[in-house]
Amino acid sequence: MHQKKSRFRIGNSQLIAPYIFVAPFILSFIIFFSYPLFQAILMSFQSVLPDQVTFIGLDNFKKLNNPSFYKALYNNFRYTIYTVIVLIPIPLILAVFLNSKMMRLKNMFRSALFLPALTSVAVAGIIFKLVFSELDGALMNTFIQWLGFDSQKWLYYPGLSMFALVVIATWRWIGINILYFLSALQNIPKELYEAADIDGAGLFSKFYKITVPLLKPITIYVLTITIYGGFAMFTESYMLWGSRGSPQDIGLTMVGYIYQQGFQYFDLGFGSAIGLVLLVITLGVSMIQLKFMGLFGKED
Amino acid sequence: MAEKQRWNFSAVFLLLFFIILAVMALFPLYALFLASIKPSSELFRYGLNVRLDFDVMTLANYKAIFAGKGGSAHYFSWYKNSIFITSLFTVLCLFLSSMVGYGLAMYNFKGRNLIFTLVLAVMMIPVEIILLPLYRLSIDLSIINSIWGVILPFVVAPLPIFFFRQFASGIPKDFMDAGRIDGCSEMGIFFRIMIPMLVPAFGAMTILQAMFSWNNFLWPVIVLRSTENFTLPIGLASLLSPVGNNYEVLLSGAVLSILPILVLFLMFQRFFIEGLTVGGVKG
Repeated sequence: MHQKKSRFRIGNSQLIAPYIFVAPFILSFIIFFSYPLFQAILMSFQSVLPDQVTFIGLDNFKKLNNPSFYKALYNNFRYTIYTVIVLIPIPLILAVFLNSKMMRLKNMFRSALFLPALTSVAVAGIIFKLVFSELDGALMNTFIQWLGFDSQKWLYYPGLSMFALVVIATWRWIGINILYFLSALQNIPKELYEAADIDGAGLFSKFYKITVPLLKPITIYVLTITIYGGFAMFTESYMLWGSRGSPQDIGLTMVGYIYQQGFQYFDLGFGSAIGLVLLVITLGVSMIQLKFMGLFGKED
Repeated sequence: MAEKQRWNFSAVFLLLFFIILAVMALFPLYALFLASIKPSSELFRYGLNVRLDFDVMTLANYKAIFAGKGGSAHYFSWYKNSIFITSLFTVLCLFLSSMVGYGLAMYNFKGRNLIFTLVLAVMMIPVEIILLPLYRLSIDLSIINSIWGVILPFVVAPLPIFFFRQFASGIPKDFMDAGRIDGCSEMGIFFRIMIPMLVPAFGAMTILQAMFSWNNFLWPVIVLRSTENFTLPIGLASLLSPVGNNYEVLLSGAVLSILPILVLFLMFQRFFIEGLTVGGVKG
């Protein structure tokens, strides 16, 4: 009897407590996420001038039919695909190497590869603006001369610029992704490999049949943040080419286009329309992921 | 200790391979540092290079930044702002996110799945989409051009919530019941029992969130309007001007800007890797 009574009293507060715990998220979600999202949708159908807001229907979306927008879209897709190709398999394989019994000085290499991640994109931008400078003595040109090629004007041509952007992403992210994969590798029970050894499995079949499948959750996570980062890329381009933008928009991205339209031309309506397209794309990508990879499907 | 390590061909090969990788990773930072201790005339003549030329080395670039030359008059205000914003953001973010993550992991309540789905949705939708309305909102809330403007919109972050939830899910609920039997309130259980158990998660998230805040660019560049309120990345970017880049202060400024986060990383490194491993982002 006594126990029942006390459970009831505590049960009461146990009903309220969870809501107190999640309250910060609910508040922040309403104020700083759903309200602005609603506003963004609304603004994309408006012409927003400092003291005059008019409903203009689909005009902002019709305006999207222009070369700059397609360039931004194209750049984002290319950048995302390249970063996924580079930043998933390579860190995975490097993590497997780093995790192997033969490996020495693991901690030192792990830290060395992680250090670039500590530099801000702003600092990385300053460094790589100089690395990819057109001067003959600049690092990248020295390197390709050494390989027998001529100096290049890296930041003036689409292909070379994309290469520079992917190099920056690789440099900054490879160490973080290695750490993610390493942390997951260390959670794989060693018995699995021992059992495989007894069955006479080779190095590669162990990799494909044990390592890769068991790394699937972390791979999906890294894939998600890489795709997200690909579509949200802006600062790298801003640092390489400055606020006035790149020649022929070779470095323009969707977010760069939002920034340009919203904060340089003050066309908030059009800027929001670009944002909405970006929203549709990211939602589309998320849906594809959810469907094909069962992302978070096993929760609860 | 017990196992005697043998050197063989593969081990040597692996070691060499990773030495090359580590050199490649550290090379740009080394080049930046080297350029910062050379006169900027060298930079304009040869570009960023790795020539070791002891005759031309100088601390002039560092003296220039301390003298506030070439647009860097506010450099140490930016430094102060960055340290203040990063500390406040990290403390608040970890506190609030751990609360939410814990609540989601440990309680069964109506709407739990909905809230968790919303957390995942926020995680997957780029905030850049709501940049323009968020800018207008911060004007309306009068947090524009202030530290709160930088911090408030992103202080309850989905990624650490997700991480703390994953981490807390691994803690047996028996601890909560034990606390209740001892007469602990629900809040008391969180503060006195759970926070100490979540320490590895705090370690990992401290580095990640401090890095995020220290290096954040896009939102601060929008919300911070006056030069003296800038953070380091924005201040450095402002030195890259269309009329001419102030490389002498830019390079030394960039080198100095890496130091605090580097120190933090070296201090928390052990917890960081441990936290990631134990908690694991298991998807």
